[in-house]
Amino acid sequence: MIEIKDVHKSFGAVRVLKGITLNVRQGEVVCLIGASGSGKSTLLRCINALESYDSGEIRLLDQLVEQRCRQINQLRTQVGMVFQRFNLFPHRTAVENVMEGPVHVKREPLDQARRDAIELLRKVGLGERAHAYPHQLSGGQQQRVAIARSLAMKPKAILFDEPTSALDPELVGEVLSVMRTLAREGMTMLVVTHEMGFAREVADRVCFLHAGSIIEEGSAKEVLGCPREARTKEFLRHVLTHRVEDPLADNGGTGAVA
Amino acid sequence: MRWSDIVEFVPILLQGAGMSVLITVSCLVLSTALGLVWALLKMSRHAPVRRVVTTLINVVRGLPMIVILFYVYFVFPDIHLQMNAVEASIVGLAFGYSTYVAEIIRSGIESVDPGQYEAAQSIGMGKIKTMTRVILPQAIKVALPPFSNTLVSMLKDSSLASTITVSEMTRQGSLIAAATFQNLTVYTLVAIGYLAMSLPLMGLTRQLERRFGKHRVK
Repeated sequence: MIEIKDVHKSFGAVRVLKGITLNVRQGEVVCLIGASGSGKSTLLRCINALESYDSGEIRLLDQLVEQRCRQINQLRTQVGMVFQRFNLFPHRTAVENVMEGPVHVKREPLDQARRDAIELLRKVGLGERAHAYPHQLSGGQQQRVAIARSLAMKPKAILFDEPTSALDPELVGEVLSVMRTLAREGMTMLVVTHEMGFAREVADRVCFLHAGSIIEEGSAKEVLGCPREARTKEFLRHVLTHRVEDPLADNGGTGAVA
Repeated sequence: MRWSDIVEFVPILLQGAGMSVLITVSCLVLSTALGLVWALLKMSRHAPVRRVVTTLINVVRGLPMIVILFYVYFVFPDIHLQMNAVEASIVGLAFGYSTYVAEIIRSGIESVDPGQYEAAQSIGMGKIKTMTRVILPQAIKVALPPFSNTLVSMLKDSSLASTITVSEMTRQGSLIAAATFQNLTVYTLVAIGYLAMSLPLMGLTRQLERRFGKHRVK
């Protein structure tokens, strides 16, 4: 579904991605973890060509991803993206945000799109708030609208760029629960996250990025439970001690690195 | 100041006011269209295009409006661009103001969160739709207050057309004043005439701001 082969990328003299290779199969949930500046978000943004890459190859549904190519907009309709800062259109209501793509990109009929949009909002638990403007919604609600907006395009996969990092701690749960539902329904998901509890519970695979390379990759149990690399251990110790508010971090089972 | 003078002068001045409005509205339409073009070119991907437009904008902004008018009216005929006085005043003012409008539009567009482009792109939206459906509606809100100030300036600067013989309100006024020596009456009426147009314009602006302010950007 998503094939990334030896991708390199620099911002000026800074090498952000140093040969990333990663495949995401259909229906798989892959979490990317790592310290800020490790290149996780950049990698994600390369996949739907919000960012260009210097060398290597990214294929999405067997099509080469290139920023300049003509079909890029067509390709983008097939892979959703959820941003850290939600990026809802502030001048449109929740339902209008969700309808925007179907109506103005896919040219679906208006009432059909509206019905689907309301349905999707109900699915993320916001059927009641369909006509609210983004500024009238809490961060967690806004992010759920953003997820509905990307679902409205009926994507084959969704990229999540730290979807809960801009949220107050008490709002994280509602967004994660929507994501959990999607994962259960078999949506292909690539998630950049600091929510180790979520990764442990939902991810089929976890990749740890450090300084532009994937240095450890495996099942959530392996990577989060008993990491082999010293740098992974170090990172996890930091995350787990500084994020005590994570409600899932201490529910035992896989035994976090203390 | 005599009532009979006022009754006599007002219809003449109103004729002039009609011309002032015509010039202002034409200038508004033309300069907005042209300004949008400059603004988009100034944000072009190609550096040479940006440089040319930036230079053009700076040159025009560095010139007094009246010099632009004189240039259009007196010099353009030499290069076989014949225009009557009204056309020349509209073209000159619109060209001059288009550069101010361009800067206003550009700052409006640049005030929009880059995340908005990314969100639009991520649902596969093309460049033009992204502009018209996502960016411009948000940019307008930011651009509206300075834009309306510019509109008021346009109205006031339409009086410059009097210097190239256009019979708008100021020129009608000075013609009457020269003929009757009723300076106080005439120029008071002219001043009231401009205020009668500019004050409601400012009021309208406030209303528009309120309307577009329905959504807040964070």
